[in-house]
Amino acid sequence: MRETLSLTVNGDLIETSAPTHYTLLETLRYILGLTGSKQGCDKGDCGACTVLLDGEAILSCILPVQEAAGRSVVTVEGLAGGPRPSPLQDALDLTGGAQCGFCTPGILCSATQLLAGNGSPTRDEIEHALSGNLCRCTGYTKIFEAVELAAAACRSGRTAGEVLAARAEGG
Amino acid sequence: MLRLHPYEYHRPRTVNEAIALLAEHAGDAMPIAGGTDLVPNMKHRLFTPGHLVSLRGIEEMRGIGEDEAGFTIGAATSLDHVATDEAIRNALPSLARACSLVSGPQLRRMGTLGGNVCLDTRCTYYNQTLFWRKALGYCLKKDGTACHVVKGGTRCVAAHSADAATALLPLDAELRIAGPEGERTTPIGGFFTSDGVWNRRMSPGELLVSIHVPRQRAGTRHSFQKLRARDSIDFPMLNLAVRVDFEADGVVAGVQMAASAMGSYPRKLGKLDEGVAGAPLTESVVEALAREAFRQCHPLTNIPVDAEWRRAMVPVLVRRAMVEIRA
Repeated sequence: MRETLSLTVNGDLIETSAPTHYTLLETLRYILGLTGSKQGCDKGDCGACTVLLDGEAILSCILPVQEAAGRSVVTVEGLAGGPRPSPLQDALDLTGGAQCGFCTPGILCSATQLLAGNGSPTRDEIEHALSGNLCRCTGYTKIFEAVELAAAACRSGRTAGEVLAARAEGG
Repeated sequence: MLRLHPYEYHRPRTVNEAIALLAEHAGDAMPIAGGTDLVPNMKHRLFTPGHLVSLRGIEEMRGIGEDEAGFTIGAATSLDHVATDEAIRNALPSLARACSLVSGPQLRRMGTLGGNVCLDTRCTYYNQTLFWRKALGYCLKKDGTACHVVKGGTRCVAAHSADAATALLPLDAELRIAGPEGERTTPIGGFFTSDGVWNRRMSPGELLVSIHVPRQRAGTRHSFQKLRARDSIDFPMLNLAVRVDFEADGVVAGVQMAASAMGSYPRKLGKLDEGVAGAPLTESVVEALAREAFRQCHPLTNIPVDAEWRRAMVPVLVRRAMVEIRA
């Protein structure tokens, strides 16, 4: 049993035919070929499958795909919106916030929602926003630093690299 | 990878349409709101309905209304919405707190208050994959005849594990339930039963439509405490909702407590007023209440982590609640 659905994925309005019992994650990975969102625990515990649904970070592994119909989905592949990484992706790279990288797509989506609504998050607010994303490398400190760096970069209109360079020069 | 079984997905726009769909496919249909508990459970083959009736598109089941009598919260309102609503945070802080402690942020945006009230009971021997359960020979709650928690037990004791539902008890919440025969309203205090297989006084063809929480009188203070291993994602190892009513002169008029993550329903503790009513809420009164709560609470091995330690944490949660209430 399949169902034809139309939804917006990373800015493109698409029509897709998915088995009726597929989750959004399965549709993204196995029909649309977007394997950036990860299938971790596959039951809503780990946060590796986190995507943005109409701007809200949710778990795609437990969302029946029909609930994404007519809505806008953004995955890690669509976060940059262009050839250059987003400030957050840039910052995560520069701080070493991605170790094995498996949790990174979900972390990026949760942190993207946070920064969209809060340009100067405190460490507590960052920890709270990312509290549904497990990192089994336990590299949380660098991830939190990356979110702070991205926020600083966005506030100052500079790149994450420029902010780091200025800090190194004491400015 | 955990695959779902094939099913047909229905998206009604009204409560009546949803009830008609549940009736049409009676015995082979389940309602789904946030799906945060049902979908993992279906992946574990605990439920395999041929039809899912989605409640997400039903406008009349969403949102928070306020009048002189109190708050009416649509059952399909997200836990995140309830937890962050300014009016709820001010008037019903223990409810906002309980909702804010359910799982993690993504799940609270999906999960609903109604889903939390109707949450299936949980057990170490139940919330497992089909492979795991089969290897053990299944259990009383699903597919088997033996209980692995109470040896020789014939009654399922899977744990009620819903945070918000526990907080709603001392708030005297009322549930509006719709079914094929019309609507009814029931106090949450009489909603749960001790049957771990199905612990709600509600038939599978009925829907919880909204939750009404009356305005609390001046002088009533609430606190909600949750014990868990991590401060996020985890289900409770113990839940305690506490209500203290004060007289105008500051002495205690009455004390209520509801505890869950022990047996199959959130339990109202009894006899807490004795020797407490008419006295100020002093350290020694708090200690007496902590001892009485400990005496009445008996966690089981139905959920992970040592039951004796969880019991020893009961007085700790009482003290933490009273610190909040006295502040």
